[in-house]
Amino acid sequence: MTGEMAIAAALILPLLICAGIWLAGRIPDLREAVTLIGAGALFIVAIVIAGMVASGQSPSLSLGEAVPGLEFAFKAEPLGAVFALVASGLWIVNSFYSIGYMRGNRERNQTRFYMCFAIALLGAMGVALSANLFTLFVFYEILTLSTYPLVAHKGDANAQRGARIYLMTLLGTSIGFLLVAVIWTGALAGSLDFMPGGLLQQAEGLTPVVASALLLLFAFGVGKAALMPFHFWLPNAMVAPTPVSALLHAVAVVKAGVFTILKVAIYVFGEEILNATASREFILAVACFTIIVASLVAMTKDNLKARLAYSTVAQLAYVTCGAMLADPAGFMGGSLQIAAHAVGKITLFMCAGAIYVATGLTNISDMRGLGKRMPLVFIAFFIASLSIIGIPPLAGGWPKYELMQGATDAGLHYVPIVLIVSSLLNIAYLLPIPILALMPPPDTPEPAAYKRPGGAPMLTVAAPCFTAILCVLMFFAVGPISDFLEPATGARVTADLVSGGPS
Amino acid sequence: MIDLISSFVPADIAAHAPAILVVVPMLLAPIAALMPNGRIAWLMSIFATGVSLIMAISLVAQVRSIEGGAVLSYAMGGWAPDAGIEFRIDSLNSMVLLLVSAIGFLAAIFSWPSVKAEIRDVKRAMFFAAYLVCFTGLCGVASTGDAFNLFVFLEISSIATYVLVALGASRDRRALPAAANYLLMGTIGASFFVVGVGFLYAATGTLNMAELAIRLQPLQGNKAVLTGYAFIFVGLGIKAAMFPLHQWLPNAYAYSPSFVTMFLAATATKVAIYALVRFLFTVFGLEFSFEGSTLIWILMPMGIAAMIACSFQAVFQTDVRRTLAYSSVAQVGYMLLGVSIGTAAGVSAGMFHLVNHALIKGALFMALAGMVLSYQGTSLNDLKGLGRSAPWTMTAFAIGAVSLIGVPLTAGFQSKYALVSALFENGWWWAVAVVMFSSLLAVVYMGRILEAVFFRAPSNPNKRRREAPMLILIPLWILALANLWVGVQGGFVAGLADDAAASLFIGGAS
Repeated sequence: MTGEMAIAAALILPLLICAGIWLAGRIPDLREAVTLIGAGALFIVAIVIAGMVASGQSPSLSLGEAVPGLEFAFKAEPLGAVFALVASGLWIVNSFYSIGYMRGNRERNQTRFYMCFAIALLGAMGVALSANLFTLFVFYEILTLSTYPLVAHKGDANAQRGARIYLMTLLGTSIGFLLVAVIWTGALAGSLDFMPGGLLQQAEGLTPVVASALLLLFAFGVGKAALMPFHFWLPNAMVAPTPVSALLHAVAVVKAGVFTILKVAIYVFGEEILNATASREFILAVACFTIIVASLVAMTKDNLKARLAYSTVAQLAYVTCGAMLADPAGFMGGSLQIAAHAVGKITLFMCAGAIYVATGLTNISDMRGLGKRMPLVFIAFFIASLSIIGIPPLAGGWPKYELMQGATDAGLHYVPIVLIVSSLLNIAYLLPIPILALMPPPDTPEPAAYKRPGGAPMLTVAAPCFTAILCVLMFFAVGPISDFLEPATGARVTADLVSGGPS
Repeated sequence: MIDLISSFVPADIAAHAPAILVVVPMLLAPIAALMPNGRIAWLMSIFATGVSLIMAISLVAQVRSIEGGAVLSYAMGGWAPDAGIEFRIDSLNSMVLLLVSAIGFLAAIFSWPSVKAEIRDVKRAMFFAAYLVCFTGLCGVASTGDAFNLFVFLEISSIATYVLVALGASRDRRALPAAANYLLMGTIGASFFVVGVGFLYAATGTLNMAELAIRLQPLQGNKAVLTGYAFIFVGLGIKAAMFPLHQWLPNAYAYSPSFVTMFLAATATKVAIYALVRFLFTVFGLEFSFEGSTLIWILMPMGIAAMIACSFQAVFQTDVRRTLAYSSVAQVGYMLLGVSIGTAAGVSAGMFHLVNHALIKGALFMALAGMVLSYQGTSLNDLKGLGRSAPWTMTAFAIGAVSLIGVPLTAGFQSKYALVSALFENGWWWAVAVVMFSSLLAVVYMGRILEAVFFRAPSNPNKRRREAPMLILIPLWILALANLWVGVQGGFVAGLADDAAASLFIGGAS
């Protein structure tokens, strides 16, 4: 397979899957088979692309120009390849889970649900593989629009309200800020192509003020990165069925956001210009603020999905934080966080969904002692919580380590403190859930009986267990992953030793 | 495709294309009026607009046959210009002609089901005659090279339009005051324009626009010319619904027959904007317009005010037609803003948006017309749940709506992108903020409609509602797909707009 073919396949497959789901809509088993086979094929394509990137190639594809200067072009690079791998790989797991969840819950309009899912994956693939800001923006919007029906899936007033906030925030920030930033970049640099070392290097007359304004527009324009104060769409999007929250609002959509931030930091600004841009430190501070405040808000939430949503807001800010550190270790930490948090958070969401399908419970305070009935689910939850907290030997440990290293390299001593406080807060709001469920205090009343006869469907339990195991495996696989990412983030220097430590 | 169609036009006919384009609908109009039944008149209007469309295509091909764009001069009746009337076709008006005739042709096809439902039997033949007259006038404005002749065509189209708007009375009596209001404002506009042309004639002794441009050069500070300039600017501003001269438009759009709304929204203001641009850049020249500071101190603030004020008004309307009408005024603001930048990129963006907006509003109003057929009423409440009962009509509507908002892969995105690029290049970053804010308002007012259509339960489920008939669906989808086509492969339209802008600047520099 050539590079062009692989990228074309990554873009065409989701469309074919969508069409297949539509055609097979009347036969649920066949429809689900289309999703699963398609997801598998897409994952294989992503692996092929990653393999090419690992061997030093950069597969690319151009689909021609929309108008002169605006080209639909795709080019794989390490960061995008990792994002594509994560999104398509977890789609397989999530599809198994969806089948169990949607059938177990007897949801309506399942064909539309799966079709929108496929289009959302097209959006994620396009964002991951885009070669310029225009293409990225187009697929970013496709991702927004295709997930709107998923959020509004339930169709009641609450779901519609949530979906409207979702759409308005994401479209509003992207049209109001991100598009402006994209066009401004084009006007300054004369091109929109991502470039190693930074596209803006070739911009004439780039004053620090302009660069600062541009960075602010990018950082707040990417609403999907959920930087405060544009985070409120994410808790509102939790009205969606849990598989949507699991894959889209822990993996594809939000990661597309922070991925865009990283991509802009690395390929549009570049380390050098970013370091000279004053607003970088402001955004870094906003990210740290988001980490702490979102964690604090999460502690006040009794609804499990709402708590997880605020936890996601906090964890996403890690990536923004890494991007704004503007050094290789920071970039590396941000990139690793994309993968590590994806695996951890999808597990947590899938557990929440399994509990809901089996018992109808959504509030944490009702879940005491539930671990006796659903031990596997809560053990998976426990492992994933540890990973989010960042305890070795779990995947979440590495990004935190890299971020702290990056912050120390940059001489920003408050960032490691923020990260440590965040970990402590994570412990406070995540760990009590599985611990109280598995080891309830002696006088806890017996948990309510299953709402659904037979408890959680097998698939909704197996999927989170699988991703929980991934959390462990990824800890040990970090060497190859960081080697793979290094061409994009730049080689890390052990700055403490070279420069004699922070002054 | 353009070349293919124009290759079928014999050279003899192609040479007379500017005349045929206007004369065929003009001559068929009185004949259509005499037809005993509306159906024959309808077929005649399709024929006439179809001929005009082919001629327009041929003209575009002829203009584009030379690098940089040819200028075709056609002396009406063989009388050489200055004594006779000259039709002058360059990149700019060939684009406008193509737009008007293409929309006119699609509108003619789509008109029958809508006219049958809304116009009484005895009036139908007259209705199509009026439509053809209106079409003639618009084509004439776009092709003539004579200032007074432009006034004549402007009045031809306007008077026909007053009739067409007033015919909405059988559906809603409020069409009558709307038509009267339009008549009043339109006549003031036309009178201002002709007074202005009179001043120019007094100062220069010619009515030919190319000749005017040359003779006006040395008369930069002349008071008579300045007065004429002011009259022409305001007169055309009324016709183009330039803020705050737009008060006639919302009612005229809201109460006229659905077909008329669609045709007017897609063409009438566009042609007036063309005339305005023609006078600003070709006749008076860029230097003049700048020294008068019109562009920066009048056109640009008016454009921006329209984008904000009328978008807000659109948000608070409950009748969808009025929402779209106010949105039209706001979109005119985008075009004026683009023109007011005064650079080739800016004018090109304005013209690009002019074409795209015609495609957008054409599709939106056509879908509404289809909806009104089976379900009287265009309030937001009436649209609830239509997405399920009329999926094809409403999907096309949705395409138009997202294009209006400026979602990527649609025409509206491309022209807004071009506009914002041009603004950045000129350093008007604060205007960018206005454009984006106005776009967000578009998200709000179109979002409300889309939500009602696709995500709300019908308010009166017993009332019958169905898909629009094929005669509406086909032209509707042609327009909807055109929106997507320009969004994905917009090179052709963008090229037309670029050439059009370039032709103005070559003309203006000389």
